[in-house]
Amino acid sequence: MDFKSSDTIPGPRTEDQLPHTAQAAVKIVIVGGFGVGKTTMVGSVSEIKPLTTEETMTQAGVGVDDNYGSDTKTATTVAMDFGRISITDQLVLYLFGTPGQERFWFLWNGLFEGALGAVVLIDTRRLEVSFDVMGRLEERGVPFVVAVNSFPDAPHYPVEELRTALDLSEDIPIIECDARRRASSRDTLMTLMRFLHSLAMTGALR
Amino acid sequence: MTAPRRQRRFPQQEHVPEPPQEEQQPPEGQKKNPERLYVITGPDGVERVELDLVTLIVAHADPPPSASPEQAALLRLCTAPLSVAELSAYLSLPFSVVTVLLTELLTAEQVTARAPIIRQALADRSLLEAVMHGLQKL
Repeated sequence: MDFKSSDTIPGPRTEDQLPHTAQAAVKIVIVGGFGVGKTTMVGSVSEIKPLTTEETMTQAGVGVDDNYGSDTKTATTVAMDFGRISITDQLVLYLFGTPGQERFWFLWNGLFEGALGAVVLIDTRRLEVSFDVMGRLEERGVPFVVAVNSFPDAPHYPVEELRTALDLSEDIPIIECDARRRASSRDTLMTLMRFLHSLAMTGALR
Repeated sequence: MTAPRRQRRFPQQEHVPEPPQEEQQPPEGQKKNPERLYVITGPDGVERVELDLVTLIVAHADPPPSASPEQAALLRLCTAPLSVAELSAYLSLPFSVVTVLLTELLTAEQVTARAPIIRQALADRSLLEAVMHGLQKL
């Protein structure tokens, strides 16, 4: 048994503890390809140092993806970084940065089903890696906005060209952001919230 | 624009069933770390409570002497409310293993679970407004 002694497990710092009045949590998922800046965005707005939850993926996932380990590997640990923002004394928002491949989503119960919505983070140098995840979100009826993480050497496309390339309807916000900056990441989340609010106003949210 | 083009998809009428959540143990002899996972989760077929990543867990009291090291560690962590995801992170245990530990503690009424607010067919506008207000303060 290699479990650490319970006395040595560091918990949240005193200042990171939630108040006892915290009654419920909501979550937003930040989804995108490898290296697109998910964890950076989580970290730039989180009130706690981003944490990592993991899950063990067994045979079911192996063999689906060429990049996914060798033939002899039967269990792989998949990690997901997340952060937290206290909204009120009663309400807490959690942000999860998750890989775009749908098979990872099954590992965590209700990751997308229960989420208020999603931010799809894209890199214009590798636009196509985000195609599948947008389709999956559409199929599941998960509302999302698209945030273009501005990398200095990435090609810059006008929003309307991106909208056409991504085949997104007019109402889905596409914004530019700098995931390293707190204000920019916050504005991205605000864009998602305003979009969700507009859907709620029109009753369009499934 | 030379970028590749995507074609949008639409909500599926019938919800696609998700793969079963039960532990899929690799065949004997191929397990990466069989002892640890077995010992903590108990035998296959153990009942698990539906717990979300952001279900908030609160401990009622100090760990009883009968608690396992993992349970004791978990109980000490959630003297203040803490999400299942955070418990998984601090304990360095997979999410599914934490849900098994929590099922035992919930059954024994040593912890309570505060369910998350999930997306509804008709979204709660006041909830969305509260979140917006909270974000604006950042």
